[in-house]
Amino acid sequence: MALDEVKIGGLGASRRRVEDNRFIRGKGNYVDDVVLPGMLYMEILRSPLAHAKINSIDTSAAYAIPGVRMVMTGEMMAARNLAWMPTLSYDTQAVLATDKVRFQGQEVCAVIADDPYIARDGVEAIIVDYEPLPPIVNPEQAMAADAPLIRNDKVGQDNNVIFDWEVGDREGTDRAFAEADKVSEISMHYPRSHPSPIEACGSIADYDRSTSKLTVYMTSQAPHIVRAAVSLVAEIPEHMIRIIAPDLGGGFGNKVPVYPGYVISILASILLEKPVKWIEDKTGNLISTGFGRDVYLKGEMALRNDGKILGVRMHTDSDHGAFFSDAQPSKFKIGLMHSTFACYDVPSAHLTARGVYTNKAPGGVAYRCSFRVTEAMYFQERMVQAAADDLGMDQAEFRRVNLVKDDDFPKRTPFGFLTDSGQYEKCLQIGLDAIGYDDFKKEQEEARKRGRLLGIGISTMTEPLGAGNSREYDILGIKMFDSAELRVHMTGKAILRTGAKTQGQGHETTWAQIVAHELGIPAEDIIVEEGDTDTAPFGMGTYASRSTPVAGAAVSMVSRKIRAKARKIAAHLLEVSDEDIEWELGRFYVRGAQDRGVTIQECAMAAYSNVPDGMEPGLENNAYYDPPNLTWPFACYIATVEVDPETGVWDVLRLVAVDDCGVRINPMIVEGQIMGGLTEAYAMANMQFITFDEDGNCVGSNYMDYLLPTAWETPGFELHEVVTPCPHHPIGAKGIGECATVGGPAAFVNAVMDALKHTGVRNIDMPLLPDRVYEAVQTGNDISGMPPVKTTDE
Amino acid sequence: MYPSRFQYEAPTTLAEAIAILAANDDAKVLAGGQSLIPMMKLRFASPATLVDINNIPGLDFHGADADGTYRIGALCRHAHLEKSTTLAEHQPLLASCAPLVADPIVRTRGTFVGSVCHADPQGDWASCMVALDGSITAVGPNGKRSIPVKEFVAGPFTTVLAKDEIAIEGVIAPAKGTRAGGYLKLERRVGDFATAGVAIALDMSGGVVTNAGIGLTGVGAQTVDAADAAAALIGSSLDPDAIEQAATLAAEVSKPRSDHRGSASYKRHIVSTFVTRILGNVQRAEMQVA
Repeated sequence: MALDEVKIGGLGASRRRVEDNRFIRGKGNYVDDVVLPGMLYMEILRSPLAHAKINSIDTSAAYAIPGVRMVMTGEMMAARNLAWMPTLSYDTQAVLATDKVRFQGQEVCAVIADDPYIARDGVEAIIVDYEPLPPIVNPEQAMAADAPLIRNDKVGQDNNVIFDWEVGDREGTDRAFAEADKVSEISMHYPRSHPSPIEACGSIADYDRSTSKLTVYMTSQAPHIVRAAVSLVAEIPEHMIRIIAPDLGGGFGNKVPVYPGYVISILASILLEKPVKWIEDKTGNLISTGFGRDVYLKGEMALRNDGKILGVRMHTDSDHGAFFSDAQPSKFKIGLMHSTFACYDVPSAHLTARGVYTNKAPGGVAYRCSFRVTEAMYFQERMVQAAADDLGMDQAEFRRVNLVKDDDFPKRTPFGFLTDSGQYEKCLQIGLDAIGYDDFKKEQEEARKRGRLLGIGISTMTEPLGAGNSREYDILGIKMFDSAELRVHMTGKAILRTGAKTQGQGHETTWAQIVAHELGIPAEDIIVEEGDTDTAPFGMGTYASRSTPVAGAAVSMVSRKIRAKARKIAAHLLEVSDEDIEWELGRFYVRGAQDRGVTIQECAMAAYSNVPDGMEPGLENNAYYDPPNLTWPFACYIATVEVDPETGVWDVLRLVAVDDCGVRINPMIVEGQIMGGLTEAYAMANMQFITFDEDGNCVGSNYMDYLLPTAWETPGFELHEVVTPCPHHPIGAKGIGECATVGGPAAFVNAVMDALKHTGVRNIDMPLLPDRVYEAVQTGNDISGMPPVKTTDE
Repeated sequence: MYPSRFQYEAPTTLAEAIAILAANDDAKVLAGGQSLIPMMKLRFASPATLVDINNIPGLDFHGADADGTYRIGALCRHAHLEKSTTLAEHQPLLASCAPLVADPIVRTRGTFVGSVCHADPQGDWASCMVALDGSITAVGPNGKRSIPVKEFVAGPFTTVLAKDEIAIEGVIAPAKGTRAGGYLKLERRVGDFATAGVAIALDMSGGVVTNAGIGLTGVGAQTVDAADAAAALIGSSLDPDAIEQAATLAAEVSKPRSDHRGSASYKRHIVSTFVTRILGNVQRAEMQVA
């Protein structure tokens, strides 16, 4: 009489998202919805210039406005040793500028006032005397011999280089190239983009002098890390800090870092002894907070004539902006860039990476990916297409030759990651069958004869998701595990808390499904809570698709601890020994007498009313989970497009996605994640980037210039699946939130490049805006999107 | 949004509205607010007084007079035009433009006349009005006057309206023959400003062009009147030579900027391509009728 798992909302149930009950009614509770008694409002004055010395700041006119309570300057912060703060990449970042401004949008002053209108009036009244300095907007300028020094604040920093780093087997790779029949090359820029959550960042700091406790409502994907950071930076004891991340309107990596606005609002609250609310506007979010990508990728591939890849060389020049504040937890300078070519059998590879400062916003974040994996997979799949073309080989066939075979696992990737499972060829084949690959190739040929340009692009990849293990991944020394705490009440209802933080992923729905799977308690009987550091167990938060691989595993493990205790209670209730108890979903029974049993709910009641002698009462526990490895979901995305050669406009005809994220907890949510990811992938390929002009002005500072695709231009997606359970995850699940964003862009770009193959063009940098495509068609030249963008009258 | 402080007035008659405008310096008329409010939000515009005309009756209309003169009132929303069969019947250019204006949210609230008054070189309706040689009717303390659109715009974001005048309608003269034409716009995404846009209005008689106008969007400091290109079409039956000449002249008169939407030469190429495409569509439709 085991329960029907899907009926109780367990694994595989496409259960409706419980959080949507409040979201679709407008009852979500975001930071900006929180109002505290006596609350003041803060607004930030941002630098209009990309690079300039600050000669003086005059705040007197702002102070003269009735309702302005305080104007904070870098000098005030410096007096409290808070003008600079540490970054997640062991650099420093200005909180409020003291000496000079280093990017357009940098925080210069903050006004705290009785209402947000007055705060903005105050900001307008501040007079700053700037002395412009030459701005740097790309790595080439940053590395020029006569380049102005951006970080003159740092002792010993005499140029704009942040790091020179390498990984892989240099000699082995050199040997591979020496033996190659052919060497293929490609150069690309993955442009700067922005995660752009619909809710921008914000905080309400509330310091209570009477209790010495600091409470901060904050848009954070990782509230516990913020608590630790605030404790270290502000020297407030950790138990006196409570970070509450309420409902978040998206994060996509943007809400991982600690931003100056948070720190300033905290100090303002301490100084004024009032709650201080800071809510960033869209422009503030786009021009100052964590961006994604902005890296120049150069690659070479050593090939044998039969299509076998012998080796890969890669070089990256990454643009980190004015402060090295990449939000990434690995020991590797360029994140997981070296996860590239993980799904291919490549005997040797070598990567060199150089990072530089520029006069652009800092804060590289993993925009819907594990850090730099998006760039890694884009590089990989563009390189693969170029190599296949150079060999005159079919795109699909070239991949088949080089993909890792199903019985080769576990398999070391060329840079030493360990992949543990996969069915790559099957995944590719499902995609090719779904799109009708051979038929399309014929259609393409026919269309070409009539002057129509059709193209097909493939992207196959596996990516490492779900940091960590704790051996290799930490944030400021804190290991990358995660946690869950489960309390089963006497009536068999339960509350689950985790150290992750949902921001749209649907944890309130899916975590309950894992508990339902493990304990047979219906999902609707379980409430899920996250984001309050006073109540949630310590965890590292939600990003890098780590929730299901790490916190989700902890949910399984804590449920199993509960089940183990319930088993003892069941034995007691059934008056048999533990060894004679069997489990079926939702129920223990006596071996050999299946009708003699007790439900998990009966065990819960007994835990509070009738425990065996010597057992402590209650039915609650917690679990901390340190994953043995990353999870390796894989995917195949295939796009077909038509390019209008007269305008350069391209339309997506079809997009087929085949994803393997192991066991699917909630198939509907998985599909939603894939569609969302594909939409962002399409955006990056088609329209989305933040660029800069020669003066360092940000082009992309609002939603007229930074384009988010609407339902109108977003193509339809056709989804398929392969299920290869993750061998080390308790329920066989893998990360999925980011696969489509990571693997998707190359499918679209490869399709457009395929349509233009006859022109000899090898690369157009994203986004493939119509003018770039048109120019490529006309000239037959590669098109680079490197800033600065030139704005000129003729 | 946190604009600068402003006085808000909501008169219920035109006379009252005009009096408020006359009495206040730095007052702006609020109709749909789809350009003004975002500018106030960013504090690019900080008018001291807003005169909301939405409570004034009799301005929400559009339609043809008995003689074919077409009038669009100051409170007629883009969405009304988009869904109108009357408009499609009389004004094919406007009907083809309506669904391309901004995005569905803006179209629900924004107004045709407000868009023309905003005098943004990126405005779609202004190009249509230039192509149609339309006019704006304004009322002030001394009564009504009619201002041809080609004289209405004094420069980017500036019109010849006096501070105490309100534009109450857009007016389009009757066709000499059958009205044809169309609007094409290249935009990176729905709601984006045009990379380039082309509005063509034609009056056709027996397959021959009797009257023509071409307005260009986003390729100059203000809406471009491609008068020479239009003149090249008059008397033609839209043969390939006439089309090519018009396309070339329209591209030549464009003065686009090179920016993140594309180079000047690309935008000119788009103008030429779109002129060719619109005229080709009209020519094919004429062939079918014949």
